[in-house]
Amino acid sequence: MLSSRSPLARPGSRAGAEHGPLQARPSRARPLQVAVALVVLAGAMLAGLLGGAADISPWQVVLQALDWLPFVTVDSGLTPVEQGLLYELRLPRVLVAAVVGGLLAIAGAGYQGVFRNPLADPYLLGAAAGAGLAATVVIVLLPGLPGGVPVAAFAGAVGGVFLAYLLGNTAGRAGGTATLVLAGVAVTSFLTAIQTFVQQLKVEELQRIYSWILGDVGGGWDQLWTVLPYAAVSSVLLILHGRLLDVLSVGDEEATGLGLRAGAVRLAVLLAASLATAAAVAASGLIGFVGIVIPHAVRRLAGGSYRIVLPLSLIGGAAFLVLADLLARTVMAPAELPIGVVTMFVGAPFFVAVLRMTRQAAT
Amino acid sequence: MIETTSLSVRLGEREVLTEVGLRVRRGEWLAVIGPNGAGKSTLVKAVMGLVAHRGEVTLDGRPAAALRPRDRARLVAYAPQSPALPPDMTVFDYALLGRTPYVSHFGRESRHDRDITASVLDRLDLTGFAARRVGELSGGERQRVVLARALAQQALVLLLDEPTTALDLGHQQQVLDLVDRLRLADGLTVVTTLHDLTLAGLYADTLLLLARGRAVAAGKPAHVLTEELVGTHFDAHVKIEPGPDGRPVVHLVRGGT
Repeated sequence: MLSSRSPLARPGSRAGAEHGPLQARPSRARPLQVAVALVVLAGAMLAGLLGGAADISPWQVVLQALDWLPFVTVDSGLTPVEQGLLYELRLPRVLVAAVVGGLLAIAGAGYQGVFRNPLADPYLLGAAAGAGLAATVVIVLLPGLPGGVPVAAFAGAVGGVFLAYLLGNTAGRAGGTATLVLAGVAVTSFLTAIQTFVQQLKVEELQRIYSWILGDVGGGWDQLWTVLPYAAVSSVLLILHGRLLDVLSVGDEEATGLGLRAGAVRLAVLLAASLATAAAVAASGLIGFVGIVIPHAVRRLAGGSYRIVLPLSLIGGAAFLVLADLLARTVMAPAELPIGVVTMFVGAPFFVAVLRMTRQAAT
Repeated sequence: MIETTSLSVRLGEREVLTEVGLRVRRGEWLAVIGPNGAGKSTLVKAVMGLVAHRGEVTLDGRPAAALRPRDRARLVAYAPQSPALPPDMTVFDYALLGRTPYVSHFGRESRHDRDITASVLDRLDLTGFAARRVGELSGGERQRVVLARALAQQALVLLLDEPTTALDLGHQQQVLDLVDRLRLADGLTVVTTLHDLTLAGLYADTLLLLARGRAVAAGKPAHVLTEELVGTHFDAHVKIEPGPDGRPVVHLVRGGT
C-alpha cells in the first residue's frame, strides 16, 4: 500500500521516490544528479562557446577546449584569429556568466533557507537596491573613478543587506523572519527612491546607468578574476550550511530545541549569501530572477533538502545564465540584448508556472 | 528530573507566568492543564529555554541556564503545539533532525545516527513511510512522525505541547498510549500540556493546574480534578466522577452557564 510504488523508480530522482533498505539514508545530492547537472552545464558552456558570428564546428570547439587544459596539447585546426576570438571573447564571457549565474542561484537558495520563504531572492533584502544606488552615485558623481562601479556596487549590496538586517532586528522581535523580509522591502523602496533621485540629477548618464543595471557579462578575463575569489568563498560556505538549513526549516524555536544556535546559523548564511550576491552584482550588474527560478527548478526536479538544493543550484544557475547570455547575444545579432532582460523574460513566466504548480500541490 | 523554582515570564508588558514551581521525578508523567491563556505553552517553552525567564530551571540536577543548547537538547526533546513540518522533507529526513544535537556543526550524520532513526521509525510503524513527503501525511501520521523525531533525540525527557491537538478520539488514544508505552519501556520522563482534562487525568501521574500564570493546584489527578477547582478556574459547570479505573472523568453539565 504505502511502499507499493515500483522498486524500479529511478533512485534519487526525487527525494521521496526511494524505497527499500536504501531509504535509511538522508537526502543529499546523489552522484548521478550531480553528474547530470554537470553534463547540462558542460553542454551549455559548449553552446555558449559556439554561438555567435564566426562559423566554427562544435568538434573544433571541444578540441580547442581540451587544448586549453593544462598539460594537454591538441590541434583543433582553428586559425589563430578564431582561437583568439574563442579565448579572449567567448571563453571569459561563458565563464563569467557561469560564475555569476551560479552565485545568484546559490545565494537565492541560501536566502530561501534563512527566511523559510520560497519566494525570497538575492534582491529581497535590499542587496540590489543598495548596489544600484552605489553604482549610480559613482556613475553620476565620480565618473572618472577607475574600477569604481564594481567596488561601489559591492559595498552597496552589503550595505543594503546590513541596513535591512539592522532595521529588521530593531523593529521587531529579534530573528523574526517576517520582520526581516518587511525590512528588506522597506529598505529596497527607500534606496530605490534615492537612486532614482540621483540618476535624474544627470540625465545624460542614464544610458550608462541602465546598461549597468540590466547586467553585462562581457567584461573579459578581468571580470572573471574579480568575482572568482568571492564566488569560491561564498559557495563553499553556503554548501557547508546545507544540513543546518534543513534543521532551520522547522523554525527557529524548534531548531533551538534541537540544540542549534539558530541565530548564529542564520547570520552566517545571510552573510555568505550576501557576499555571493554582492560579488555577482558587482561583477555584472543586476540580473534578476535567477535566484528564484533555479532553486525552485532544482527543488522540483531533485528534492527539497538544502544538501541537494544548494550544490545543484550552483551548477544549474551557471548553466542557466550561460544559455541566457547565448540568447542575449544571438536573438538580435549583431545587436546584444541586456542579459537581465533575457532572464526576466524567461523568469517571469516560469515564476507564474511555479506558483501555479505549488498552489495545485497544496490543494 | 525537572525542577523549576519561582519561574516567571514576562512577554511585553504582560506577566504570563508568575512564580511557578514544579517538580517532576524520573519516569513520571506530568500533565500541565489550565484554561486558554493560562501560560501552559509558555511554561513548557521556559523549561526548554526558548523564552526569557526569571527563576531557575534544573534539568537532571543541573541548572538549565548553564547548559549548552545541544546538551540541553540531549536531555530534553521538545515538540511544540503545532510543529513546523517542511512539506517537501521526507519522513526519514525529518526524524533524522532529532539527531541534530549529536552531529558536529558542519558534520554529517553518522551511520549510528541513521540506524537509530531507522529503528525509531520501525518502532512507531513508520518504516513504510520513510521515503514519503511529510506534507502528504494525515494528522495522526504527522503526530507520530513528530514523536519519532523527539525519540530519535534519545533524550531523558519528552516535553510535548498539546500532542493531541487536531486529532480525533482514536488518534488521541493511539498517540497517548504510544507515549505511555515508550515512557514505561525506556524510563522516560514525560511532560505534556493537555487541554482535555479527562485525558490528562487518565494518563498523567501528576497534574499541574495553571490559571492566569500561577500554579493553583498540583498533585494526583483526583486531587486536582475537583468540581470546585475546575469550576472556578475554567469558569465551567462540570460534574466529576471516578471512572472505571478510579481516575476522575470530567463531564460538562448542559445549561450550566
